[in-house]
Amino acid sequence: MATSRQARRIAGRAGFYLLVLFIALYTLFPFYWAIVSSLREGQALFSTDLLPRDPTLANYVGVFAEQPFARNILNSVIVATSVVLLSLALSVTAAYALGRIDFRGRGFLLAVILAVSMFPQVAVLSGLFELVRLMGLYNNLASLVLSYLIFTLPFTVWVLTTFMRELPKELEEAAIVDGATPFVTLTKVFLPLMGPAMVTTGLLAFIAAWNEFLFALTFTLANEQRTVPVAIALITGASQYELPWGRVMAASVTVTVPLIVLVLVFQRRIVAGLTAGAVKG
Amino acid sequence: MTAAAERSAPAVEVVRARPGRIEQGRRKAAFWFLLPTVTALLLVAGWPLARTVWLGFTDARLGGTEEARFVGLTNFVYMLQDPAWWQAAKVTLLFAGASVALETVIGMVIALALNAHFRGRGLLRAAVLVPWAIPTVISAQMWGWMYHDLYGIINVVLQGLGIIDQNVAWLADPTTSLWAMVAVDVWKTTPFMALLILAALQTLPHEIYEAAKVDGVSPIRAFFQITLPLIRPALMVAIVFRALDALRMFDLAYVLAGGNPATATLSVYARQQLVDFQDVGFGSAASTLLVLLIGIITAILLTAGKVRLSADR
Repeated sequence: MATSRQARRIAGRAGFYLLVLFIALYTLFPFYWAIVSSLREGQALFSTDLLPRDPTLANYVGVFAEQPFARNILNSVIVATSVVLLSLALSVTAAYALGRIDFRGRGFLLAVILAVSMFPQVAVLSGLFELVRLMGLYNNLASLVLSYLIFTLPFTVWVLTTFMRELPKELEEAAIVDGATPFVTLTKVFLPLMGPAMVTTGLLAFIAAWNEFLFALTFTLANEQRTVPVAIALITGASQYELPWGRVMAASVTVTVPLIVLVLVFQRRIVAGLTAGAVKG
Repeated sequence: MTAAAERSAPAVEVVRARPGRIEQGRRKAAFWFLLPTVTALLLVAGWPLARTVWLGFTDARLGGTEEARFVGLTNFVYMLQDPAWWQAAKVTLLFAGASVALETVIGMVIALALNAHFRGRGLLRAAVLVPWAIPTVISAQMWGWMYHDLYGIINVVLQGLGIIDQNVAWLADPTTSLWAMVAVDVWKTTPFMALLILAALQTLPHEIYEAAKVDGVSPIRAFFQITLPLIRPALMVAIVFRALDALRMFDLAYVLAGGNPATATLSVYARQQLVDFQDVGFGSAASTLLVLLIGIITAILLTAGKVRLSADR
C-alpha cells in the first residue's frame, strides 16, 4: 500500500517535471532556432542540426552593411523614448486627479480612457493620416510619436492611477493639513514615491511603442525613416522571391536580445504592472 | 482591474469627509491636471476617429480628402456585397475565437504549473516571459522561417515523426494558413494570459484547499468547483482583453502571409482599401464597421460573462 502510494507520488512528480520541461521547450525553442539560424549562411542555413556547425557572424555584419539597420534602431529608440517620456509627463497629473480626487464624471473618464486603449488602431488610420499630412509630418518620426500616444497615454494613465490609489491616504492628509496645494502635494509628496511605478509603466509603454507596426508602416516611406519592426518585416534580399532568412534572423535576434534582458531584469515589476493594467504590453 | 486595484478601494475615500473650500480647490485642480491628457487624447484619438467615421460616408481618395463628396451608405452597401469582406470577417472571428480559447486553456495549465512549489520555478517564469518580450513582427518572421515549405524545421520534425509524409506549405495552403497564424498568436500571447491567471491564483486562500483535502476532494474536482469559480472574474477580464486585441489583429497577418485572403483579417482588409487601393472612403467605412463589430462582440462578452469592467471603484 505504502509503496504503491509512493510510486504514484514519484510518477506524479515525474509527470509534473515533464510538463515543466515541455513548457520551457515550447516557449524557448522558436527563439533558440532563430539564434541558431542567424549563425548560419549559405547552404548551412538549410541544415536542421540543433547546434550550428562553424557558426558565422556574416548575417550580423550583412544586415548592418546592406540595410540602414543601425538607423532603424536609432529611429525606434528615439520614437519609443520620446513617446514614453511624453506619456509619463502627461499622465502623472491625470493619474493623480483620477486616483486621488473625487469629482463627478471620474468613472466615465476612466472608462473612456480604457476604451481608447482597446479600440482597433485601424479605426483612426484615415483620420490620423489626414492629420499627419495636415501637420506636414508624413514620413517624419514625429508622426509616430504623435500617433503612438493613442495607446501609450491611456495605458500609462490607467496603470499610474492604479498605483496612485495604493498609496496610503495619511500622506495626503498630512499635506492638506499643512496647507499644501494639490500641485505641491503631487510633486513633493507623491512624485518621489512613484519612481518604481513610473519605471515599470514606462518600460511596458516602451515595449508597446517599440513593437508598433501599423502606424509605422503607414506613416513612413523611406528606408531611413523606418522603425525596427517595419525594417524587419520589409527586409529584401538579392532576389525578390526569396527572403534572406539568415539576415532576417540576425536582425531579429539583435533587437530582441536587449528586450529580453530588460524584461528578465525587471520581471517582478513587469508582472505587477501587467496585472495592474491588464492591458497588453 | 485585479487584486491590486481591489485592495486599494478604500483609498478612494480620501478626504471625502471634509468638503468645502479645500475639496473645491482639489476639484478645480483635477480639471487642470486632466486637461493636457484629455486634450492630447481628443487630438490623437477623438478627432481622427470622428474623421474616419465621416470619411466612411464619402468617396474620399488618398490624394486629397478635402474634395470628398457625401455618398451616404454607398460604401457600406458595396462592402456587404464584397465576398472579400465576408471572408475577412470569417477569418477575424475564427482567429479571435480559436486563439483566445487555446490561450485560455494553455495559459491556465502554465499558470497552475507556475503556482506549484518546485525547484526552478523562477526559471520557468522567466522562460514563459520570453515569447511575450518578442515583438509580434519578429515572432511572425521567426515562425515564418520555421514554417518554410522546403527548409522549415516544422516540416522536418513532423516528417521525422511520421505525422506528414511530404512537405506542407503551411502559409500558402489555404487549409492550413489560418491555423498556422493561430499557432503563432497562441505562442506569443499565452504568457500574458498565464501571468494574469497566475496573479488571480495567488490571491486564493490556502485554507480552502486544505479543507478540501481533508474532505477527500480530488484535485481535479477542487479545480473545477473551487479554483475556477473563484478566479472567474479575473479570468473573464483577461479573456475580454485578449479578445479585443485578437479582433483588431493586423501585424501578424500582414507579415506572416502578406495579403493572402485566407489569412487577411478585417484590419488588413481595411488598410488594403485605404492605402493600397487609395480608396479612403471605402477603407474608412471598413474601419467603422470593424469598430461596430468589436463593440457588439464586447457587449455580448461582457453581458454573457457577467463582467463588471467597473473602471471606478
